Amino acid sequence: MKPLDLLGIWLAARLPESAATWLLTGIDRCRTGIADRDLYLLISLVSRHVGKTPLALTEAELQAGSASRPGWNPRDWTLDQAARVHLLGASTSDGAVMSERLDRLCSAGELGELVAYYRGLPLYPDPSRYALRAAEGIRSNMRAVFEAVAHRNPYPAEQLNEPAWNQLVLKALFVGSPLHPIVGLDGRRNPTLARMLCDYAHERWAASRPVSPELWRCVGPFAAGPVLDDFARLFERGTADEQQAAALALREATDPGAARLLDLHAHRAGDRADSRLEWERLATAGN
Amino acid sequence: MRFIDPHIHMSARTTDDYERMAAAGIVAVIEPAFWLGQPRTQVGTFLDYLSSLVGWERFRAAQFGICHYCTIGLNSKEANNEALAEQVMDVLPLYLGKEGVVAVGEIGYDDQTAAEDKYYRAQLQLALDLGMLVQVHTPHRDKKRGTSRSMDVAIEMGLDPGSVVIDHNNEETVQEVLDRGFWAAFTLYPETKMGSERFVEIARRYGSTHIFIDSSADWGKSDPLAVPKTARLMLERGIPPADVEATCYANALAAFGQSGQIKEEHWLSGKPRDERLLYQGNSVLRGQQPRVGDLPVIPERDEPPVIK
Repeated sequence: MKPLDLLGIWLAARLPESAATWLLTGIDRCRTGIADRDLYLLISLVSRHVGKTPLALTEAELQAGSASRPGWNPRDWTLDQAARVHLLGASTSDGAVMSERLDRLCSAGELGELVAYYRGLPLYPDPSRYALRAAEGIRSNMRAVFEAVAHRNPYPAEQLNEPAWNQLVLKALFVGSPLHPIVGLDGRRNPTLARMLCDYAHERWAASRPVSPELWRCVGPFAAGPVLDDFARLFERGTADEQQAAALALREATDPGAARLLDLHAHRAGDRADSRLEWERLATAGN
Repeated sequence: MRFIDPHIHMSARTTDDYERMAAAGIVAVIEPAFWLGQPRTQVGTFLDYLSSLVGWERFRAAQFGICHYCTIGLNSKEANNEALAEQVMDVLPLYLGKEGVVAVGEIGYDDQTAAEDKYYRAQLQLALDLGMLVQVHTPHRDKKRGTSRSMDVAIEMGLDPGSVVIDHNNEETVQEVLDRGFWAAFTLYPETKMGSERFVEIARRYGSTHIFIDSSADWGKSDPLAVPKTARLMLERGIPPADVEATCYANALAAFGQSGQIKEEHWLSGKPRDERLLYQGNSVLRGQQPRVGDLPVIPERDEPPVIK
């Protein structure tokens, strides 16, 4: 089943009759060719009709979601977000039209709408068209908008070029947003990002400000040379969480010096089987 | 005591203002769309301005613990550029249905020209079509006649007076506004529109039914603490606390609350109005019980000696 159809089913199961009827009428109008102006008004009226309570999907529904669109995780979606993406998706299957509409809607969007449009990124036709739109969302000063792109959204890892991807990761740390909900984080680590993150850690240390232990997750595979000094510093002067993060990160390094450093401090790290869960714990415990 | 400032142009104000407003007990503001001191020449600048009212400014206010709402419309001054006004009328439906938009506003008359009349009527029709409230700006010049005319046209167009707020009243206009069943708002403005002392006398004479006050603070000389300062003076001069609460909080909420877009629970729940805002500011005043009768605290400017 297609993701848009799933959205329709999930909404129908949750909305009271009047709201469900309003939405179905809107979907019909969208499918039969709606004027831009009417579409914009319709989408802006969504929160007044369907409300903003969480969609609260069951495990089975979430599984159906990721089966229909790999990587899609609407766990945090609300009713208005699902309805807005559903309406927008029903209005066209032409990527060029969608991209133009999305630009127009985002230029006039309020916060709730922006979150919906960006969460919908993995569902729009002709996915390569929205990379600049996603990068614009990452530049937002509104954290909720940034996280709509960055968290539990497979789009960035699939479509962003390396500079935009690296900005996403660095900005997450910059605004105090956790890294572990970023889809595809490990697969898109790269030496440039590792260098940027080390520079950022040095800036924070110079200002006597804390550094998120999660940062080292993206540095580990490239730990070598002077970067090993940073890890040594973590082992010697870091908090318990930072030491744990350093050990987890160095496990992925290939440099022999990194292996020696890890051996030296292995006793601090314990032996954790699941590093993914451990990184998640460090994100929530660290700050 | 907590306050609502139902007419203030926060886009023109600083973060210091937000901090002092929150400290003085202001929990919610309504920002009407208006002009920017000099006329706009492009529809694009209108779009960006309206987008900021529903987007960035609301987010910014929340950072200071203040709930932000707005009214959307074409103001009377800029209605006189008809070529531009036509384009603005076309884009208003993009914004009117958005979350937190409590009314069509501020619209009405300035010079009372034919063009102003045309777009005032067109926007009243939009309000009727969308079932929305209206916030009316009454003119500075020829005020009494302009105020009467604003109400005449609203009634002629079929609006219920109870869904229309007539703003910037004075001693000469208030009686007719109340007699005809409209909401009467007063702008407390240094030197020009209305001072706190004059309003105390109005409150004494007209009571607190269908009356409320605002600051209309903008980019000109104006005071974003006008509402709490006037409340303080009213209490000191013996106006009953219930009347102060009505004119500085409850009546504005009752009037604009008819839109369903502004609700007391937004600031009383002890949570941010929208959890997606990931609110990270001070928590003064949220979740407190109202203490009717207390004198509002008017913060002095307090400069920290160093940047931390």
